[in-house]
Amino acid sequence: MAAKIETETLTGDINIPSIQPGATAHYKSNPAKEDHNKFLGFPGARVENWREAAVEHMGELLGKYKSLRVFMDICVRCGSCADKCHYYIGTRDPNNMPVARQELMRKVYRKYFTPAGKLLPDSLTGASELTEAVMTEWYSYFHQCSQCRRCSVYCPYGIDTAEVSMAAREIMDHVGIGQKYCNEILGKVLKVGNNLGIEPHALKNTLEFVEEDVKEVTGADVRYPMDEKGADVLLVAPSADFFSTPHIEGFTGYGKVFHEAGVSWTVSSYASEFANFGMFIGNYDTMKKVAQRIRDAALDLGVKRIVVGECGHAWRVGYSFWNTLIGPFDFLDPKYPAPQHICEFTLDLIRRDGLKLDKSANDEFTVTFHDSCNVARGSRMGDMPGGQFEVPREIIKAVCNKYVEMDQNTIREFTYCCGGGGGLLTDELMDLRVKGVLPRANALKEVMDRHGVNTMAMICAICKAQFTKVLPNYGIPMETVASLHQLVSNAVVLGGKIGV
Amino acid sequence: MAFDLNGVTYETDEDGYLVNLDQWNKDVAQYLATQEGLDMTDAHWEVVDFLREYYDEYKIAPMIRILTKAIGQKLGKEKGNTKYLYDLYPGGPAKQACKIAGLPKPTGCV
Ligand code: SF4
Ligand code: SF4
Repeated sequence: MAAKIETETLTGDINIPSIQPGATAHYKSNPAKEDHNKFLGFPGARVENWREAAVEHMGELLGKYKSLRVFMDICVRCGSCADKCHYYIGTRDPNNMPVARQELMRKVYRKYFTPAGKLLPDSLTGASELTEAVMTEWYSYFHQCSQCRRCSVYCPYGIDTAEVSMAAREIMDHVGIGQKYCNEILGKVLKVGNNLGIEPHALKNTLEFVEEDVKEVTGADVRYPMDEKGADVLLVAPSADFFSTPHIEGFTGYGKVFHEAGVSWTVSSYASEFANFGMFIGNYDTMKKVAQRIRDAALDLGVKRIVVGECGHAWRVGYSFWNTLIGPFDFLDPKYPAPQHICEFTLDLIRRDGLKLDKSANDEFTVTFHDSCNVARGSRMGDMPGGQFEVPREIIKAVCNKYVEMDQNTIREFTYCCGGGGGLLTDELMDLRVKGVLPRANALKEVMDRHGVNTMAMICAICKAQFTKVLPNYGIPMETVASLHQLVSNAVVLGGKIGV
Repeated sequence: MAFDLNGVTYETDEDGYLVNLDQWNKDVAQYLATQEGLDMTDAHWEVVDFLREYYDEYKIAPMIRILTKAIGQKLGKEKGNTKYLYDLYPGGPAKQACKIAGLPKPTGCV
């Protein structure tokens, strides 16, 4: 068995540590196999002329994405971002300071794309050729960035390290240096329809199980349909909702909400995945292909609306990019946003007094809410500014009596990543994941000790998987982690107000 | 990666999961369990058997809740929960138990 990962004792405070150069230089994601890469249209293995090819592709990206060139040019090294990354705080490796992470690309940029870098000695400009050693650093440290964008909130120029990481991964894929976790999964979703590789008959069996289970517990006939043509709503959930705990408890909740709303809905076996790792690898075409399945399924099933489940990064893809990727959605009912988040759906119903809720069903829980990065910093929700923060909180307060906020520097737009986002939720990076959760774990610990919080709700499949796995390393039980719609599920009184 | 057992070579992936699922047998399971520091009891085998049966039909490991319910039905209600499964397989019922049962590693946000 793997050696126990050393963890710091939680104090409830987030301290900025002294640096330990090279502390995590040895962290390395498993490389993608030849067939993983090829299936996505990348070279199977590192190409012979990888240096030239990488520099050339970097040039293309700099031309295509003006923001990337601006980010390369405008950093003034003010240091404001340096201590804002959870991976730096957890690992102490100075290359995990956002400015240093960017510098890994910036020094190559200087060498090949700036007049000074081309003419003057590297010692003056801080430029560097793209050597083997630099590529090794790229592979390691651009897979130690969860693309959470927390650093960008503190940067006076809004430099977005996530975008730099995405570009770096795109360049690496382009020359045949892929990461297994993302690329294998992207192959699965494009072949089978979901990241886990759940085939239609298995998905059907899982949905029937949920249906029977709800019947057993509540006595009510709540349906969990698949591939039903003519349903009003296509529900697209992250596939972890069909596999893991507490994800499935949230999914169970979605079904109860639809049931009470009197709205017909279905999942699609063809597009049974909301997650879209195409964003993590910064590859537009792949992101588009993954999203395209959802458009095709919606058209095929003839639905009027698309509602999506609790998945953080995919909400960013859906909210911010779908329209360009797979729009227009003129075939859907224009009365509703496309896509609509399940939280928007539920809150709307609650506000219209369409759900009968028994808050006391959650009385054993004192709840806090973890804002997921891509929802907090990459999207909106509802019809008001900051809706992505208010909508989930308003739901929780409607279904629970006891709600507590964590430290204000760790929530809303300042939220800390779970430590497993951005394509890093893989076992070989467990050390990084355990260390990366440190600031969030401390903020949680503080409200656990001070206010008796025993439940942290969230709306992201990656966050749920990551927290249930790593928090026990700090003595926080996995049962602390909850799906937001699990709390809704507990409180809904079935048969209360059907059809409102 | 690979390991030898009783004169046969078994190929595994980076995480130690069998590459060729048809090569699985109880000795292999026992070997993999030892590698994980687990002592296989009847209860451990129940989980392995259920996982293999389910995989045979559905080509995927069952959802954790399906597994816990099945184990509860077999071994008694008080054992039909996640905690019991984690007591048996501290590395997680989905990942560690799948490895010993010779199933591929679940991928995705799990
Ligand atoms: S985007 Fe997040 S993970 Fe990446 S450098 Fe910034 S704070 Fe760190
Ligand atoms: S905060 Fe912005 S300008 Fe300042 S060092 Fe970081 S990236 Fe550069």
